[in-house]
Amino acid sequence: MKFVDEFRASDVIEKATAEIRRLADPTRVYRFMEVCGGHTHAIYRFGLKDLLPPNIELVHGPGCPVCVLPMGRIDDGLSMAKDPNVIFTAFGDMMRVPGTHGSPLEHKARGMDVRIVYSPSDALRLAQKNPDRHVMFFAIGFETTAPSTALILMRARQQGVRNFSVFCNHVTIIPAIRAILDSPDMRIDAFIGPGHVSTVIGCRPYEWIARNEGKPIVVSGFEPVDILQSIVMLLQQLRAGEAKVENQYKRVVPWEGNRAALKAMAEVFELRPYFEWRGMGFISQSALRIREGYAEWDAEQRFCVPGIRVTDPKAAQCGEVLKGVLKPSQCKLFAKECTPETPVGALMVSSEGSCAAYYNYEHRKTAAFTTISVPA
Amino acid sequence: MCLAIPAKIVELLPGEAHHAMVEVVGVRRRVDMGLLEDDPPREGDWVLVHVGFAMSKISEAEALDQIRVLTLLGENEAAYEEARGYNLNDS
Repeated sequence: MKFVDEFRASDVIEKATAEIRRLADPTRVYRFMEVCGGHTHAIYRFGLKDLLPPNIELVHGPGCPVCVLPMGRIDDGLSMAKDPNVIFTAFGDMMRVPGTHGSPLEHKARGMDVRIVYSPSDALRLAQKNPDRHVMFFAIGFETTAPSTALILMRARQQGVRNFSVFCNHVTIIPAIRAILDSPDMRIDAFIGPGHVSTVIGCRPYEWIARNEGKPIVVSGFEPVDILQSIVMLLQQLRAGEAKVENQYKRVVPWEGNRAALKAMAEVFELRPYFEWRGMGFISQSALRIREGYAEWDAEQRFCVPGIRVTDPKAAQCGEVLKGVLKPSQCKLFAKECTPETPVGALMVSSEGSCAAYYNYEHRKTAAFTTISVPA
Repeated sequence: MCLAIPAKIVELLPGEAHHAMVEVVGVRRRVDMGLLEDDPPREGDWVLVHVGFAMSKISEAEALDQIRVLTLLGENEAAYEEARGYNLNDS
């Protein structure tokens, strides 16, 4: 039996979908944003949209780190690595993201020393093993990866590793949610809150969304039943005229977050006054930079950063898709010029990007569910 | 990057304050425990790992669920690749 059939037939799923149908008012439309790219992936993979009544629309949020990084930052990072003494390191997700003159992988093919690392620890280790070279780590991610970068910078300083630096592109989730709520073309009724980001920041930082904006938010796990249950919780709040922060993912997310991780971030990083997000423009206090005490390990201080600003290809509508104004398939380039094999925008690169998810599961629907088998 | 990899701690490494040997998707890897200082895990505990760092302690049942989710999402191969890629072993 195929997994999707099995989970649809399962009692909990049936109960959750029945409850959703019972709670949803058929005379209105609901627009729920799942903030995290992991949820976007899960929603497409499990075909959850098909289980929801048509008046519940899931809008994909900005929680895909490579998707929100403007092309200029990729160009900046690559420009530092033009120096043959520099080893450019980044997570695998970054490697196929297009810069103006190609992705990191394409630069590697042209002779740049570009290496994939799976952990910032590995970048630091590479520096220790190559004392004559300089290792630059291209750091990306929300609060799930920022604490690790912080800890590695603390270790580099403690151990006096001077041939190592970080090009910091870490962003924070709360200002992005604020920007979405402030955007005049956004009409979001409630949020499915990110799961793993919340293991770090906890649930408290979302309280203003409920209190000041009057929007419910439920921090959710990644299983199909988690996401459906979170939708039930959002509908219950809306029906009762309430707006509060709830934690559906209690088994993993503590309300207070991870204090050691927050402490490491506070030690090493401070907020940038503003930072550019792809498709969303400049958002104030939305990204992290390295504090003065760690300037020696800050690639932006050590290298001349051109500060390149690149506008996205005109025809590509990554911004509108990122904000949830357009569906992936409504972009002019979708599945034509822009495919996972030849991505024009980053949303088509990452498995957390809504275009790649839409392409892989909706666009190829005929094949999608027949290949998922039941795990042991 | 959003999805965490569950790992079981098989050995805390004395003398290496921040590291533990874990079993993650069938391979033994060294991961960094520095972000769990407030609530240090013990041998046999399960943790969720992001980019080589244990980020939270979880129950065994939750760990098994998470492995299932990775498999269902088709992310298990990527998780294996990431875990195999952690290079901390050759210290």
